[in-house]
Amino acid sequence: MGSGGMIVMDEDTCMPDVARYFLDFLTDESCGKCVPCREGMRQMLKLLTNITQGKGKEGDIELLEELAETAQEAALCALGKSSPNPFLSTLKYFRDEYEAHVKEKRCPALSCKELIAYYIDPAKCNACTTCGKKCPTGAIIGGKNLIHMIDQEKCTKCGTCFEVCPPKFRAVTKISGVPVPPPLPEEARTIVRESKQK
Amino acid sequence: MSDITFTIDGREVSATPGMTVLEAARAAGITIPTLCHHEKLEPYGGCRLCIVELEARGSTRLVVSCVYPVEKNLVVKTRSEKVDRIRKMILQLLLAHAPDAFDLQDLARQYGADRDRFEKEPSFCVHCGLCVRYCNEVKKKNAIGFVDRGIRKEISFIPQIAAKECWSCKECFPLCPTEALQAAYVLAKALAFPGDGAKG
Repeated sequence: MGSGGMIVMDEDTCMPDVARYFLDFLTDESCGKCVPCREGMRQMLKLLTNITQGKGKEGDIELLEELAETAQEAALCALGKSSPNPFLSTLKYFRDEYEAHVKEKRCPALSCKELIAYYIDPAKCNACTTCGKKCPTGAIIGGKNLIHMIDQEKCTKCGTCFEVCPPKFRAVTKISGVPVPPPLPEEARTIVRESKQK
Repeated sequence: MSDITFTIDGREVSATPGMTVLEAARAAGITIPTLCHHEKLEPYGGCRLCIVELEARGSTRLVVSCVYPVEKNLVVKTRSEKVDRIRKMILQLLLAHAPDAFDLQDLARQYGADRDRFEKEPSFCVHCGLCVRYCNEVKKKNAIGFVDRGIRKEISFIPQIAAKECWSCKECFPLCPTEALQAAYVLAKALAFPGDGAKG
């Protein structure tokens, strides 16, 4: 992105969010002398922030493209002229990700906090209570031998449960663009351990 | 040094070396819209409204006419689809800050710019730098300057200088393309609250 440096990203990196991150940096670097850079980037950053927060509207991508053209053609210096590059190159190769954010309010990389939800798969949860102990907001419902659930109202999407869920279970998943499945009925939540039955 | 001849919008125009395309166009009675240009001041190239299309040595490109020196055999087009599109976008960006400025409204009508395209953040200042440069270049007082950069850039009077110089001058007020009172407001604020730091 400008310096010839290379950044390696995988499918967990959200492209509109990468563009937003670079625009945020460039907005801070702008000297503010010419309009296409100072004002154009102010608006581009606003639009990209809205898109990553699920507030993107139909037509936002096209407006971003217009602003990008204005900056490329009319900005005074090389910083302004190249400022839309992070947006344009991510759009060129990952237009589908932008459209998923705007139209479906879905983040395909499962990275934009406002667009994802954490969910515990009841079929995989072993009620080990690890996530419940680590959750900073006490959003995990359940306990010993009770399949855990996440209280979406309390959840701050910090991702702690996702990280601490033991790899042998992998019960915590991230979902985006679809509603969180309804909780299990009370009576189905108890896990009966085979070893205890004997 | 002989005159340079070139064409603007198909018209033969002559200019003396060292003139800018904008100056040559104005001398020939051709209008190019500007916000940050002033005859007494050095070219600034900040508003980018005076962008024109240029054909030289077989290729077309966009340049800002207020800082582009005239060359022999240039072919300048002051209007084209692309130029109009860029001017329209620039106007829309500025109208978010100064939606009621007469100069901007006139140009907006001409280029079909929508004043509501972007969310309003009325700050009135469009950072044309006329007041700042006039005070520096013509009056040589430097009573007003820019503070901060990028999207946080603002004009600000320096209270220590402004208290001595400004009341008898006020020549920057009518220069403001958005609202003459804007400079008055910033000046009054700087004098009333000198302890408010550089932000005035």
